[in-house]
Amino acid sequence: MKEPKALLDYARSWPLRLWMGAVGLFLYLPLAVLIVMSFNDSRRTTKWQGFTFDWYGKVFQDTELMGALGNSLTIAAFSTVISLILGTLAAIALWRFRFPGRTLVDGSFSLPIVVPEICMGVALLIFFARILPWPGGMVWPLSLGAIIISHVAFSFPFVAVVVRARLESFDRSMEEAARDLGASEWQALRDVVVPHLQPALLAGALLAFTLSLDDFVITFFTAGPDTVTFPVKVYSMVRFSVSPKVNAISTLLLVFTVLLTFIALRLQAKAEAEKS
Amino acid sequence: MQGEIDWKRSKSGLAGLLGPPLFWFILFFAVPMAVVWAYSFGTNVGIADIEISGTFANYARVLEPLYLGILAKSLAFAALATLICLVVGFPVALAISFAPPGLKTWLLIGVMLPFWTNLLIRTYALIALLRDEGLINQSLSLAFGWAGFEPMQMMNTNFAVMVGLVYVHLPFTVLPLYAALDRLDRSLLEASLDLGAGHLRTIWNIVIPLAGVGIASAVLLTFIPVLGSYLQPDLLGGPDSQMIANVIERQFKRANDWPFGAALAFMLMYLTFFGIALQSLLKKKERTE
Repeated sequence: MKEPKALLDYARSWPLRLWMGAVGLFLYLPLAVLIVMSFNDSRRTTKWQGFTFDWYGKVFQDTELMGALGNSLTIAAFSTVISLILGTLAAIALWRFRFPGRTLVDGSFSLPIVVPEICMGVALLIFFARILPWPGGMVWPLSLGAIIISHVAFSFPFVAVVVRARLESFDRSMEEAARDLGASEWQALRDVVVPHLQPALLAGALLAFTLSLDDFVITFFTAGPDTVTFPVKVYSMVRFSVSPKVNAISTLLLVFTVLLTFIALRLQAKAEAEKS
Repeated sequence: MQGEIDWKRSKSGLAGLLGPPLFWFILFFAVPMAVVWAYSFGTNVGIADIEISGTFANYARVLEPLYLGILAKSLAFAALATLICLVVGFPVALAISFAPPGLKTWLLIGVMLPFWTNLLIRTYALIALLRDEGLINQSLSLAFGWAGFEPMQMMNTNFAVMVGLVYVHLPFTVLPLYAALDRLDRSLLEASLDLGAGHLRTIWNIVIPLAGVGIASAVLLTFIPVLGSYLQPDLLGGPDSQMIANVIERQFKRANDWPFGAALAFMLMYLTFFGIALQSLLKKKERTE
């Protein structure tokens, strides 16, 4: 006999299942089509003409596109390291100390998260054009400095939020015990607090990396002709025409971010399992 | 809170921790924003110079019918997209919050995964579907070609922009909705069902009032980012589907009228601040409840 359905078992009611299926299709069908078409042996990308890897080969031969990808990965790496440090420092400072103006600082740090990207983009455009021009003609990767600075400015508050949430679960008496046993303030922070933060640091780093790799609008305003990033390059290709090459490079990036997300989720689950 | 250290006891500790992020924030966020704000009261002098003259002329121009219309249209687009996200996302959030634990994790990942993938790529993926010779038109003409089906024009229309806005922002609605629904006291729902109310009536009379603050917060968390959208109107829309972000971009690139662009940017900022203020009021209300 079939088990009677529990009263609140909404996940098993068929109208909801149908709805979930439709929403899933809406979210994933466009991406699926994009991936399938990257293997399509046709320039027009409309009808299926047979399987090919050609577009992937063309992607790797496109030096401009590969250069843009290299720029993006370099920017993301620098931005992640700096954002991780600044975000963690901010989170610990706001969690640890009582000081005048704390609410103001706390609120201000969340501004880059909520301010529309276009506003921050134009602000940084003006800043780097008029107030503090980034020296031109610098060697790579120093030429990417303005973009890295901009990415850190909107990424580190996200890191701070993630780290702050983790700090809430920290038992302050652990740190006090370390201090009582003779650890200095700095030692207690390094050997007791920071290890507790490990999963949050990982999640924060991943977040900062994806935010940087993903960003188009703010980079669009801060990138110069020699510092084209991957999204900016893809944007100009999309504006120009829909090409299977864009499908191929998009598929590669999709696979890369999905893998990265899953690795981070696994590591986080493992860290949590070890703790308990 | 207990265990917090008063700053007077460790001034150097606080300075060492808070100094670097505060420096970065002030120099690379607060100062650029302040400069935009100052520019919004400026006038163009010559080709490249801008004088901060304290004029309100730029704001007066924002109130011209053309730009007021674009502002109104942006607000209307954002409202409609938020409404669609809410209607589409509510059943999804409900199903996730009542799913068994194992399935719940996967469903949450399923909703969040598009969030992690590149925004530009997601918008681009829609083009392949909506084009005249895209997947939707092709499938329809394959199915209804005998009845004289003509491909519909979907790209470069307001419809495509709306699809794009909903597609990109749906996770922004589902996640806070899920957080609100997951906190509900289930015994109240069971009581309502036990006493003979149907599922829809229970949702309408019990779930929605109880999760009201959470729903309102999900609305704002969707509305604010939709309002500032740039890519979807730019890539999917036509000339009459430009939103405020596109007009701002034009002032800073092609039109090269920075003071006016700055005033437009700050109109968007004021609207955003209004939304954030509402959101924090809601949060406070939620906490006291």
